[in-house]
Amino acid sequence: MKCNQNGMETSSALELVLRGDPALLAIVRLSLAVSLSAVLFAALVGLPLGAALALTRFPGRGAAIVVLNALMGLPPVVVGLAVYLLLSRSGPLGELGLLFTPQAMVIAQAILIAPIVAALARQTLEDLWLEYRDELSAMGVGPARRIATLIWDGRFSLLTALLAGFGRAAAEVGAVIIVGGNIDGFTRVMTTAIALETSKGDLPLALGLGFVLIAIVVVVNALAWGARRAGERMAG
Amino acid sequence: MMQTRRTFFALATFALLAAPALAQDKSIVVASTTSTQDSGLFGHILPLFKQRTGIDVKVVSQGTGQALDTGRRGDADVVFVHARPQEERFVADGFGVKRNAVMYNDFVLIGPGSDPAGIRGSKDILAALKTIKDKGAVFISRGDKSGTHAAELNLWKLAGIDIAKDKGPWYREIGQGMGAALNTAAASDAYVLADRGTWLSFKNRGDLVIAVEGDNRLFNQYGIILVNPARHAHVKKDLGQAFIDWIISPEGQEAIADYRIGGEQLFFPNATVPGA
Amino acid sequence: MMRAPATDLPVRLDDASFAVGTVTIIDRMTLTFAPGAPTLVIGPNGAGKTTLLRLAMGLAAPTSGTVTFGGRERGPPLRRAFVFQRPVMLRRSVAANLRYALSAAGMPRRQHDGRIAELLALVGLTGIGDRPARRLSGGEQQRLALARALAREPEILFLDEPTASLDPAATKAVEDIVAQVAARGIKVVMSTHDLAKAKRLAGDIVLIHRGRVVETGPAEEFFAAPKTDAARRFIAGELLI
Repeated sequence: MKCNQNGMETSSALELVLRGDPALLAIVRLSLAVSLSAVLFAALVGLPLGAALALTRFPGRGAAIVVLNALMGLPPVVVGLAVYLLLSRSGPLGELGLLFTPQAMVIAQAILIAPIVAALARQTLEDLWLEYRDELSAMGVGPARRIATLIWDGRFSLLTALLAGFGRAAAEVGAVIIVGGNIDGFTRVMTTAIALETSKGDLPLALGLGFVLIAIVVVVNALAWGARRAGERMAG
Repeated sequence: MMQTRRTFFALATFALLAAPALAQDKSIVVASTTSTQDSGLFGHILPLFKQRTGIDVKVVSQGTGQALDTGRRGDADVVFVHARPQEERFVADGFGVKRNAVMYNDFVLIGPGSDPAGIRGSKDILAALKTIKDKGAVFISRGDKSGTHAAELNLWKLAGIDIAKDKGPWYREIGQGMGAALNTAAASDAYVLADRGTWLSFKNRGDLVIAVEGDNRLFNQYGIILVNPARHAHVKKDLGQAFIDWIISPEGQEAIADYRIGGEQLFFPNATVPGA
Repeated sequence: MMRAPATDLPVRLDDASFAVGTVTIIDRMTLTFAPGAPTLVIGPNGAGKTTLLRLAMGLAAPTSGTVTFGGRERGPPLRRAFVFQRPVMLRRSVAANLRYALSAAGMPRRQHDGRIAELLALVGLTGIGDRPARRLSGGEQQRLALARALAREPEILFLDEPTASLDPAATKAVEDIVAQVAARGIKVVMSTHDLAKAKRLAGDIVLIHRGRVVETGPAEEFFAAPKTDAARRFIAGELLI
């Protein structure tokens, strides 16, 4: 936080929020942008993958599900390190110049949460598929359309999978601090700001920022819940 | 629905591809140490530099070892660290163009107010370390290959102690940054070597006080190096050099000298001192 | 080489069996569903009516023997459709359910709106196209299921006890639509355990029991002069065990 770097009196996080501290708001915005983008990309990969697993039967499917479920516990720091090595100028994708950018953070978080989205989607959509299987087969619906139908008709239940992914992305620090670098005003997000304030020994501010982060996650969940209620009322 | 999704996807793809290109507009990445960042020095000097040149400096703060490694991989344009032998090797190995001295501060030995080793007030860091070892007083080591860690290891050596062999349960390597080491020391009534800048800006001191300071051997020199464009062609050598030129210029040096916490100066510019 | 026929008719079971583990549900059946008057598949509960219809629709594959559609053994349903005893509506509006079926059947998008209006009118659901399909009553859902099946412009329509869980008024509404559909020349194959229903709608009768065909024939002959003892007892309302 700027005010601390300038050695001024420590402000409480609550004051920073109430005052609309621009540095804090920028951090909150970036946290949301990075984690929501990560959810978007994770959904683009994870939902079709989960749906495909839900409606196909093949040898080794059980093993695939076990692996996918296990990947839900991917250690963020390992994902961060892998993405770091990938995006480093000396790494295979170094040309892109993405290391220490918000884009790198999105990539790392998307990799981290895609298995969560896929695994939870698989579970949710398997029940839906049992219900829909006969009707869709009778209508001669092909595999790609089946996947799209399950995702669309299961969208309100799938919201839970996306929220689980968002929660994990917004809360993790291990991956983003490695690939983002915690650069002030550029790649600093809530969790890395909390880590920084902790290392500066400003524990009250760090804790206050923690409560702000929790509040943000609660608000996002509340919005999603409201959207789900409204949507379900309309779609039946 | 498909419409919305496509729009989302297009926007996200655009954001992913376009932003780095935009970000290349007058900005450099500086790999530096936790001490310069956590002490608040960058928060003070970078706005002045930006105002003067329009160049954004993105600071990734790591330990000195990791910062040099970031430079070696070509992931930073400039490294700004404090461990002279390592800096010189970095240049000699062809990863850096030239090492420039920037400033110094000093290390201080921090310890609990209760002073279990009875060394408080001493001006002899080597004697103090020997006493800590002999009494088995708890000592927190960074253990992260940072500049401070390197300085600490060097001091043990000067004190005639082979810490790798002589360390006991009293010697705890935490493998983390300066702030984390101070937090740990505060929580476990331990001694710890810190740079003065981080110490002055550190807020969670608890019972900790300065035990030893003022020994010449606690001198802490900072250097700045442009990553070698011959090695990594994408290095922004003009912008990076502009930053280095500014920081060792009278204006930059004055900005460093001006940075104070509670009236106390944290860093002492010495770019013009030969051999620094 | 002959051109692939663009028809699913006739649907033919040839010595077809369907077993789950050691339990045989359909036992070496040979049957043909060809264009004509409605065929009513009757038999006591557990006789295998649903499984027979699923085999004939291609929703299940025989464990031995063959089932062919217009001479082909496999392939997606071209012009056959199915109405389940308890239809599952997609979590969308009434109109969107029909739109989905039209689009799955390959009808160009711009023709959808007109066709949806026709179908809704046909099943008496005009005016509630915007309602969520799953909020409809059982009878309305069954009529929507019929409309959805008809969206495929089937040559043959399978109905698996479509009125078993409906009240008399809803049952009549569905039966009227089925009669109308049959009158348009769509082959109707419907299962029921209700003899009165069979008399009203058939056509032909196929009586099955324990996975085997017991007797087939035109409805008047079947009810007037059953050829087998089992058929006589079934018509008399005795239990077939």
